[in-house]
Amino acid sequence: MTATTGGTPLTTERRRLVQSLASTVSVGRRLRDRVFFGLLILSLLIALVTLFALLIDTFLTGQTRLNSDLVQNMPSGRPARAGIQSAIFGSLWVVGLAGAVSLPLGVATAVYLEDFAPKGRWYISLIELNVQNLAGVPSVVFGILGLAFIARGPFSWGFTVGTGAMVLTILVLPTVVVASREAIRAVPPSLRDGALALGATRWQTIWRQVLPSAVPGIATGSILSVSRALGESAPLLLLGALTFVTFNPDGLDSSFTVLPLLIFKYASDAKAEFHVVAAAAIIVLLIMLLTMNTAAILIRNRYQNRRS
Amino acid sequence: MAATTTGRPLGPEGSLLPSGHLRRRLRTEAVIRAALFLAALVSVATTGAIAVSLLRPTIEFFSEIPVGEFFSGTTWAPLFVPAQFGVWPLITGTFLVMAIAVLVAVPCGLGAAFYLSEYARPRVRAVVKPVLEVLAGIPTVVFGFFALYFVNPQIVQKFWPFGNVGTFSGLAAGLVVGIMILPTMASLAEDAMSAVPGSLRDGALALGATRREVCTKVIFPAALSGIVAASVLAFSRAIGETTIVLLASGSNPQFTLNPGQGVQTMSSFIGFAGIGDQPTGSTGYKTIFAVGTVLFVITFVLNILSVRIVRRFRQAYE
Amino acid sequence: MAGGLLLAACGDSENEGTTDVGTDDTTESPQAPAAALAGDIRIDGSSTVTPLISLAAEDFQTENSGVRVTVGTSGTGGGFEKFCNGETDISMASRAIKDSEIQACKAKGIEPLAVIVANDGLSVVVNPQNDWAKCLTVEQLNKIWAPDSKVNNWNQVDPAFPDQKLTLFGAGSDSGTFDYFTDAINGEEGATRTDYNPSEDDNVTVTGVSGDKGAMGYFGLSYLLENEGKIKGVEVNGGDGCVAPNNETVQSGDYKPLGRELFIYIKAESAKRPEVKAFAEYYVENQDTITEEALFVPLTDDQVTKIKSELTAVTGG
Repeated sequence: MTATTGGTPLTTERRRLVQSLASTVSVGRRLRDRVFFGLLILSLLIALVTLFALLIDTFLTGQTRLNSDLVQNMPSGRPARAGIQSAIFGSLWVVGLAGAVSLPLGVATAVYLEDFAPKGRWYISLIELNVQNLAGVPSVVFGILGLAFIARGPFSWGFTVGTGAMVLTILVLPTVVVASREAIRAVPPSLRDGALALGATRWQTIWRQVLPSAVPGIATGSILSVSRALGESAPLLLLGALTFVTFNPDGLDSSFTVLPLLIFKYASDAKAEFHVVAAAAIIVLLIMLLTMNTAAILIRNRYQNRRS
Repeated sequence: MAATTTGRPLGPEGSLLPSGHLRRRLRTEAVIRAALFLAALVSVATTGAIAVSLLRPTIEFFSEIPVGEFFSGTTWAPLFVPAQFGVWPLITGTFLVMAIAVLVAVPCGLGAAFYLSEYARPRVRAVVKPVLEVLAGIPTVVFGFFALYFVNPQIVQKFWPFGNVGTFSGLAAGLVVGIMILPTMASLAEDAMSAVPGSLRDGALALGATRREVCTKVIFPAALSGIVAASVLAFSRAIGETTIVLLASGSNPQFTLNPGQGVQTMSSFIGFAGIGDQPTGSTGYKTIFAVGTVLFVITFVLNILSVRIVRRFRQAYE
Repeated sequence: MAGGLLLAACGDSENEGTTDVGTDDTTESPQAPAAALAGDIRIDGSSTVTPLISLAAEDFQTENSGVRVTVGTSGTGGGFEKFCNGETDISMASRAIKDSEIQACKAKGIEPLAVIVANDGLSVVVNPQNDWAKCLTVEQLNKIWAPDSKVNNWNQVDPAFPDQKLTLFGAGSDSGTFDYFTDAINGEEGATRTDYNPSEDDNVTVTGVSGDKGAMGYFGLSYLLENEGKIKGVEVNGGDGCVAPNNETVQSGDYKPLGRELFIYIKAESAKRPEVKAFAEYYVENQDTITEEALFVPLTDDQVTKIKSELTAVTGG
């Protein structure tokens, strides 16, 4: 229909039609519409306002201690001098190791399940069920596993960086597998078929075509999984990471502490000065997390744009 | 024997046989495949390890403490002498915190999801969704801090109408656990809603439905399986949350459903006992495993339930 | 440095002047303290003693950067468990080691060496808004904390007290403070009502008491002094009148029955290691400044002399 300015009989007719339609929506319905919309906005606001209030409150509390001292100093009994260096390095060590181990293991599992596993066999379903289940287990249960199996029990590694890294690896692994599977599944079948048609073996196809294509998805997924490990406190609570540690780890058998637990310790302290340090440490932790998440999102966006 | 024009031997019915180079390749492939299979087994090994590490001390525990006492007693004092092992205070505590958290997270999460999926302009959505994802990643210890030093004194203590509220309360913990899982709930529900084909929406709108009616009568039923899966996940996370409850709900296991009191949940008990470092092999140590087993079983059942529900309610689209 | 003087007094003439760059289990006696002391010292135990030893560890590490000290807070009981298992070098305790614990240690070939580090007045505290409970007798405390006690309101403690719900916070069962308090107030170690908020971390008890008008808790004196304003101390009447805990009343013994000594137990084998010995000596030499800063009750002169001789007897030979 040609667009017309007001005045022609066609437009007036249309306007009358719209008006008659609009009046079929009764006042009651319209009211319910408004109430519903209000509730939706309220829900969203509850989430956003609370979370932003939390962040702003933390920032205001901790900003006075947000200086180089915080990062250079070690934890101390004296709040004015307390820093978080050992926790930052402890976190980097433990989470870094967890990422380094869980990434190849997780991708390998995903590759096997997607491309090599004979579909429908009982043991394949068992593996898949396991991965799904582990992704939903409360993190504190992994702490129990670590305590019984790794810190004490058969491994008996004690409360060391190695123990913490291993527990976090197991924690993070299921999510890496799930994310990698999604990424591999998203690779267009034409890529696989083409390679196979040209005579490549299955592994060659995977190694040279599928994986490189799935790298952004895998990278995003793993970065997000590993960043989750950075914020974990419950499993490491049971592994003795709550100790007063004033040095950076230097090996797998070092005692260690991590940022979330140092925050926990300072937040539990009755002295208000320690709360300020805790808040500052939270800001540091959030910056680390934000950096990792932004990197993941950037990678995802960049490669998505490239493909389309 | 049949051969190609260059003299290479042919197999049955003239098929091509792998050359030496290819044969080596295939052998390497078999090795790689075996290696990948072993990697996949790690997840099975993990579950096995969890099961074993939980089961043995649990069995030992129940040989010392009668199952009847465990499941019928209403006083939980396992680390004192004389110890009491009635697990009900932990169960009511867990239920209390979980119920409050779910009551906050599921409706608000759904509401936020509806808004993002059906009402928000694409630009708003493009900003809010990543913000929600980032908020979903805030560590639990931050929330625990917030619950103890803000929510409890400024909100619960001031507004709870049924008697005085002390330093610790199940309500503060529950509310904050709910806020913590809200972004995840919203995100997953929104994913489920986005998966509903536009044709269903357009059809409903064309038939004269308002956007609200599209939400409640079309989108909700269509995305139900994903919404239920998200809710079940919310339940699981609420049950398993440790740090927030540990910081904000105290360590006094009370057999009560009063949110104004501090309570102890299964997870927070495990965290509490873990900090104290029970001596290996003591009854207190084994209590950690007994409670851990109960927790693991509950989340396992929830997980299976979620998979079943998703399968049952899923409506297939093209 | 002070340690060197002590060594000279010890009369150790072997290997004087040689620098020690070694780590564990050297049987050589340590000498020039400013030289590279290195090694790990693992400490665990009582949360009461933790602030004191952490401070000492911190300062010691500042002066001896090659030594790494970790301090855990598993509670007195938990600490001894690890100690007798060989997992730690030093165990902090807010009560004396039990016979059963000594047996457990000897069974693994571990010999504990006791060192008193401070005196303490186990303090009973209430919320600052509590203006009625200024002094409590031991009988009243027992009435509140006894194993089968159902007291949940202040007016049940004393009819003159107002109608205010009583919320209890205290030490967990792994805590030496717990052992000491239950022994002194309830007559038997470990005997207590169980419906209170226990914690191995006394900070949590402070937070708990400070947030609830009708709350009561107990912990070491240093936590009371560190948190004045958030909590209020209660005078304890042990039979001879109301006594408030402070340096004088604790050292003289007037604050009873809750006056006590705080200990560290050093593994005799570890004590021969230069860094561990240096740490113990560092503490003894500096205990007056350390206890003052950490707000603990310092050792009396008699106690100091006794410790010094005990220490050198074990480590000096």
